[in-house]
Amino acid sequence: MQMNMVSALNSALDIALKENDKVVLLGEDIAKDGGVFRVTDGLSAKYGTDRVMDTPLAESAIAGASIGMALSGLHPIAEMQFAGFMFEGFAQMINHASRYRARTRSSMSVPMIVRTPVSGGVRTLEHHSDSPEVYYSHIGGLIVVEPSNPYDAKGLMLSAVRMQDPVVFLEPTKLYRLFKQDVPEEAYEVEIGKASKVREGNDLTVITYGTMVPVVTDVVKQKKLDAEIIDLRTINPLDEKTILESAKKTGRVAIVHEASLSFGVGAEISARIAEKAMFELKAPIIRIASPSLPYPFPGYENYYVPNEKKVAEGLDKLMNS
Amino acid sequence: MISSAFNADIKYLQVMDQNGKIDASLLPKEINDARILDMYRKMVLARNLDAKTLSLQRQGRAVTYAPLIGEEATQIGSAAAMRTNDIFVPNFRQHGVYAARGAPLEALMLYWRGFEEGSVMPKSVGGYPVIIPVGSQMPHAAGIAFAQKYLKTGAAVVSYVGDGGTSEGDFYEALNFAGVWKAPLVAIIENNQWAISVPRSEQTAATTLAQKAIAAGVNAIQVDGNDVLAVYKAAHDAILNSLNGPTVIECVTYRMSMHTTADDPTKYRPDAEVEAWKPLDPILRVRKYLSGKGLVTDDSDRKLNEEQLKLIDAAVEKAEQFKPNPESMFTNIYSFMPQVLKDELDAAKAARFWV
Repeated sequence: MQMNMVSALNSALDIALKENDKVVLLGEDIAKDGGVFRVTDGLSAKYGTDRVMDTPLAESAIAGASIGMALSGLHPIAEMQFAGFMFEGFAQMINHASRYRARTRSSMSVPMIVRTPVSGGVRTLEHHSDSPEVYYSHIGGLIVVEPSNPYDAKGLMLSAVRMQDPVVFLEPTKLYRLFKQDVPEEAYEVEIGKASKVREGNDLTVITYGTMVPVVTDVVKQKKLDAEIIDLRTINPLDEKTILESAKKTGRVAIVHEASLSFGVGAEISARIAEKAMFELKAPIIRIASPSLPYPFPGYENYYVPNEKKVAEGLDKLMNS
Repeated sequence: MISSAFNADIKYLQVMDQNGKIDASLLPKEINDARILDMYRKMVLARNLDAKTLSLQRQGRAVTYAPLIGEEATQIGSAAAMRTNDIFVPNFRQHGVYAARGAPLEALMLYWRGFEEGSVMPKSVGGYPVIIPVGSQMPHAAGIAFAQKYLKTGAAVVSYVGDGGTSEGDFYEALNFAGVWKAPLVAIIENNQWAISVPRSEQTAATTLAQKAIAAGVNAIQVDGNDVLAVYKAAHDAILNSLNGPTVIECVTYRMSMHTTADDPTKYRPDAEVEAWKPLDPILRVRKYLSGKGLVTDDSDRKLNEEQLKLIDAAVEKAEQFKPNPESMFTNIYSFMPQVLKDELDAAKAARFWV
């Protein structure tokens, strides 16, 4: 069935609620309103407001109460309305969700998912366009996933809800309704911790995820590059094996993400390649990302987020060095 | 204009006064001398345990520790009110609650020696691990309470927070959630008058801490937190009413010692204030009552202390034999072992850092 990312996620949540009565959905405006992006549309009518519930407007309590539910045998899936607002619940994620298993030596665990729309490109107000993947990946203990297409979104969500771990599920706002794909109506899983090869190639490797996957794919197509495109899908834990194999094969690597450049995913991947595959590189690693500054007002976002031109120039530089 | 709200009609409860005199009209029916004696013993255990851990810390045999002395009635009274399947969510000073709920003393010792393994406890304890960031346990308690309602377990959740913790956003957010959910939460405020160096008067302009519940539409009561029977009664009533929704209980008590072993209260707190609280000691008044009945004597106290110290020493000895396994840092992060983490573990093992 043809689905965009919103309907694919809705289908995954529907299956999760159907399969396991310990699954509950909570968040702001997710019940009658179906969420501001309609990802939970119709689910409260189908499963009741005991299981798909609106909460008061308080992100720390949404995260913290989800931790409490998870500790008590439920499997909460919380929606944070926007990644920028999710920082109100950041302390709960970092101080508690990430370390509860460790601090109880696995006698307790927090099976929960916190979903939130991320990244920009849709002319939203301030604080609606952040790309926060690094913050949640740095602590360890949280799984961080970010699909770039409807098929992966559904499969990753169903994998996440079948795990006993806390998962931060990042949904690129720009990709919610950008395109449709053939997505099975039934349940299936996409393995967490496994990157996908969007395209095989021999001359260069482009490692990316989220909003930048369609941008990179278009540039590679336009420039007729023999590029291997890797979509990370899971930021943490990183699929280092796939990255290193491809880097060794092509000898030229670009990392492209919308999150700002400094201390980013690109830095992490560059370091790992430098440590483990440096002598197999033919050129210095290139990072293409937003500048190292906070996400601007929507009037400036087209000057901020990497566009096709910026990606094309970066790849040219990589091929010519 | 809203002076009536500022001076909110919060009921104050005391059942036993500082001379050990009980107001029989307020005493819960199920409370008899045997139960009072049991609470007394648990308060003494809490104090003995506290003194021991403090002394271990001073000898370098325990990590930074938060003493509970003075707060025994708040902790033991509320723990005594819990039913077998009720659940508690502590902050970091509730050693008495753990002990009263039958937590293995060696686990408590292990925790205060700095090992995660000390947070592994039998299910029967019905408690969650120590939470260090003040107030951040409150949303967990609301979620745990929601889950009890959702799963129809009938259990109530008893949470603990200090006077300082009531200034945290998480405190209000959690009460507000529990109120909307009508969740079975009994939120104890262990008001010991000091948040490290900041006194209660500088923590909030609110007349009582209990009245903070009003904004969330949640029941509230203030009790003499040094009166184990008042704490018991308020907690018992709140637990029985928990299927109708949450209650906040402010227990007015006093931190007789330091915030933690890293703190020196002489820098900011007048000795005279501490002296003034000494006659209000929570154990003293119960002892007065029980000795008046001939149920406690100097001799029985001596025996009780000996018995308890023996148990505590055995627990310390067991905890000190614990050998940490550094690999356990890596193997308890996820429900599976990611390759990248395994690589770090293997590298650490190969480098023999831990030998």
